[in-house]
Amino acid sequence: MNSITLLQVAWVALKVNLLRSILTMLGIIIGVAAVIIMLALGAGARYDVDQQIKSLGGNVFVVFSRGRFSGGARQSSGSSQGLTELDALAIEQQIPEVNVAAPTLRANGQLIFGNLNWSSDIHGVTNSIYQAQSWTLSEGRTFSDAELASAGRVAVIGETVKRELFGQSDPVGQTVRVNKLPVTIIGVLKGKGQNTQGNDQDDLIFMPLDTVRKRISGMTLSSPKAVRSIIVQVHDERDMASVEQQMDSLLRQRLRATDGQTPFSIRNLAEMIETRSQTLQIFNGLLAAVASVSLLVGGIGIMNIMLVSVTERTREIGLRMAVGAEPKVIMKQFLIEAVLLCGIGGIIGVTLAVITSLSMQYFTGFTAIIDPYVVLMSVGFSCLIGIFFGYYPATKAAKLQPIDALRYE
Amino acid sequence: MAAVIQTKALEKHYQMGSETLRALKGIDVQINTGEFVAVMGPSGSGKSTFMNMLGCLDIPTCGQILLQGEDVTHLPAATLAQMRNKYIGFIFQQFNLLPRTSALDNVVLPMLYNNTPRQQALTQARECLELVGLGSRTTHQPSQLSGGQQQRVAIARALVNQPALLLADEPTGALDTETGLEIMQLFQQLHRQGKTLVLVTHEPDIAEFASRQLVFRDGKLVSDKRSTPACAQTALAHFRQQRLAEALE
Repeated sequence: MNSITLLQVAWVALKVNLLRSILTMLGIIIGVAAVIIMLALGAGARYDVDQQIKSLGGNVFVVFSRGRFSGGARQSSGSSQGLTELDALAIEQQIPEVNVAAPTLRANGQLIFGNLNWSSDIHGVTNSIYQAQSWTLSEGRTFSDAELASAGRVAVIGETVKRELFGQSDPVGQTVRVNKLPVTIIGVLKGKGQNTQGNDQDDLIFMPLDTVRKRISGMTLSSPKAVRSIIVQVHDERDMASVEQQMDSLLRQRLRATDGQTPFSIRNLAEMIETRSQTLQIFNGLLAAVASVSLLVGGIGIMNIMLVSVTERTREIGLRMAVGAEPKVIMKQFLIEAVLLCGIGGIIGVTLAVITSLSMQYFTGFTAIIDPYVVLMSVGFSCLIGIFFGYYPATKAAKLQPIDALRYE
Repeated sequence: MAAVIQTKALEKHYQMGSETLRALKGIDVQINTGEFVAVMGPSGSGKSTFMNMLGCLDIPTCGQILLQGEDVTHLPAATLAQMRNKYIGFIFQQFNLLPRTSALDNVVLPMLYNNTPRQQALTQARECLELVGLGSRTTHQPSQLSGGQQQRVAIARALVNQPALLLADEPTGALDTETGLEIMQLFQQLHRQGKTLVLVTHEPDIAEFASRQLVFRDGKLVSDKRSTPACAQTALAHFRQQRLAEALE
């Protein structure tokens, strides 16, 4: 009996008991779908994290100037012995692995344009920020050297700010008031959208460092060059550890820090996000494990039904043997039935998983990524389950004696 | 005359707890090509066991079975299955058709196991259904057929591989008298066409339609006689006439 005929015979046997076949498949369908959905959501979360790291740059450090306390009153960041622009320059020039080091300051500001107002984060930056944080402009230009040197009243705004204050009209060349200071908008940043925490990354304004320092923040700075943080981008991700060490010793030396008192902290953002996402990954792994248990239960369901089927069809088996079916052909028939059940169940499960993941992505905003390899694996695995759990019933069928089987009532 | 099947000192023992039941006690029978043999005997006489041996469905305890001159006594299960497929056609009391499967596909079944090409199998199956008078009912499922028609499908299935031997186990047992006579008429027709038939029955009336009667009792062959068979067609005509007469009275 060739394999095509065997397949046909098995197919007909399943079709004859359509309802039972579908119910049996249900276990496998749910199991496969659950496993794939869990893995897809896991891969989606992983992808989100990777994207976030990529948008920050996996090769980026942020060096914060630590706020220091004196007499219980917290002084502003960038007070004495804090980081300065010169430190940024030193990092960029003295550590060869560093691509760019961008000093930044931050302040809050109220923007007013006509009768509209919007409050946003104001970042005092130099032009190195574009490279360090992978920003590009959608309109306008970056700061000129003169504007940077003379605390020019100019700003580059994020897409959200543009939308809130200007709507569809062109903001470049317009003047807005930032904390009462009239500022001319010279450019608009290309939008980055939300990060994985759902924070809007485009709600910000870039202004020259000096402008923020002198005209916006109102901070009394002990050093005229003080900055709040330095964003450091490294050429090659593999050099992160060595750069971190070099920066640490360089800054300690420059800021005359003793062991007990470190006026700065170096953070590897990618690492922080990674750590946070690990919890998510473990949780997801657990869910996938639970899902695979349901796949196992589905397999046991297959075995159960196949055993019932063998008992119910004892006379049929006897007849087939009487008209010339060898025991191994009977065995193959039942095995193929089990594998067909599992295989078809697996395919339906995959389809269901794809539909569910896509609609979850559409309706809830989860990212779901279905790996074709996972799909192949789970269909393959469910076929294996068919072989594994179909084997015992098939052997039972093949071991029947034709006369006993024919007389079975 | 060439022997289709021959048994030599055939014995079958069953272990029932501590006792051994000798179901067959040394049977020597030769069945030749073209014979129509009825096997008779009360229940427990060993006739069914004997049938199972002839059909290569069971293995004897000792003795020998020759099928078409070949010793099939100690063949493995897989080879026995091939022998059954090639040489023997089975007809059962309960028809044993596959449910929810068309008459045609039921008849095709034995040919699935010897790799007959699909088209040829379908042609052969149609011819056999034609032969048993069901040429117009090939797509009907067993549940849509009467008992007699179901048995005809089973006969077509038994014929489809052109076996050397047709084995019928109480083929009229589940049918009414008239339908039973019709089936016997079909058997006699097959006999005239040169088929070799062995029929197990406990009804002497049915055994009369065969050309040779074997009688079993307590595991032994007690009688083996040849006779001129009664004509099933005549019996059927007579039965119908009688019934008509009864109805008219």
